[in-house]
Amino acid sequence: MTEQDALYKYCLRLGDDALIHSYRLSEWCSNAPILEEDLALTNFALDMIGRAQLLLTYAGQLEGKGRTDDDLAYRRSEREYFNHLLLELPNGDFAHTIARLLFSSVWEYYFFNELQHSRDTTLAAIAAKTVKEVKYHMAHATDWAIRLGDGTEESNHRMQKAIDDLWMYTGELFETDEQTAILRDKNIAADMAMIKAKWRQEIERIIGEATLTMPKDEYMQTGSSTGIHTEYLGHILSEMQYLQRAYPEATW
Amino acid sequence: MVISAHSKEDTFRMLSVIPDPEIPVVNIYEMGMLRDVLITDKGYEIILTPTYTGCPAMGIIEQDIKMTLKKNGVFPVTVKMVYDPPWTTDRMSDVAKKKLKAYGIAPPLHSSCTQDVFNNNIIECPRCHSGDTVLISRFGATACKSLYKCNNCKEPFEYFKCH
Repeated sequence: MTEQDALYKYCLRLGDDALIHSYRLSEWCSNAPILEEDLALTNFALDMIGRAQLLLTYAGQLEGKGRTDDDLAYRRSEREYFNHLLLELPNGDFAHTIARLLFSSVWEYYFFNELQHSRDTTLAAIAAKTVKEVKYHMAHATDWAIRLGDGTEESNHRMQKAIDDLWMYTGELFETDEQTAILRDKNIAADMAMIKAKWRQEIERIIGEATLTMPKDEYMQTGSSTGIHTEYLGHILSEMQYLQRAYPEATW
Repeated sequence: MVISAHSKEDTFRMLSVIPDPEIPVVNIYEMGMLRDVLITDKGYEIILTPTYTGCPAMGIIEQDIKMTLKKNGVFPVTVKMVYDPPWTTDRMSDVAKKKLKAYGIAPPLHSSCTQDVFNNNIIECPRCHSGDTVLISRFGATACKSLYKCNNCKEPFEYFKCH
């Protein structure tokens, strides 16, 4: 694998993460428990769609086959998507959505903080922009996790169940493979070992403050780095890509 | 071959009247989005820095730039989005902040590069100038704003978030 190929896949994966999480959060539009929450979740979805556009556009340029961000979003099948499994899981109840946002936003905060020092200037610029937006996502998820965990018996129980249910999808966030190793050697990719330590420490702190119990590290799900997904991604794509598949090149 | 009939300063002046589509009381120059105008033998290149990555106003601004310059006989024009260094609320001019406040939107206190974005900041009510205000929602009708309420005059208002 050349450096160019590795960088293409690296950007594609980060772009897919933003796109798929954005899709899931958009599903809350008009369904959130309160109006302010509706605004918050769809605001995050908007930030993420902006990030996905930047990353997928850049990925298309790196690939060099003339594919645009839209081509990459609408014309790839499930096996060609590389988003982390955590982000494609159904929204579940509000606690599950918050647990997913908590795990991912804390990860993104430390990850993009590192990546803004990347030797690749485009990636560094996107990362610097993303850090500013992710801070708000992380603050929001943290507030809710603590409020629900340290709330009523029912909300505590649901928040605990949410973090327990999603824990097995967090292992994947720190995996490294051939492509990240190539980029790491060139100071392009972020150092996952360091991010893992910081992520773990912060999650432990928040879970403690929320009077919840840290889940045990048992079996961890994996597969998305090679395009193996849960059953849920296919359903997202069949809905998201319907129009472009049925009427290719449609514009309005 | 382009004859540079319009100077950089002229072009800047023409572009400076373009309002922010979401907050029409301020223009794109005051907001710090308009970064540079490059005049080369290929034409006029307008360098823009988007505020938020997903801001839907950016597409409208790009169209407005092209239309404004076309009307003024400036061509050919290309618009380039530049993300480095990133836009922050520090790029907003003092004039823009005053205009925002007069319009009823509390201007940002500082950029989010500082550590105290979330630390008990006092946001002054743009209507009655009381500091006795409370955050209702960190997120509002556009990506750049939060919702506040003034405990003194009881009016709700928007705050332009630090970014």
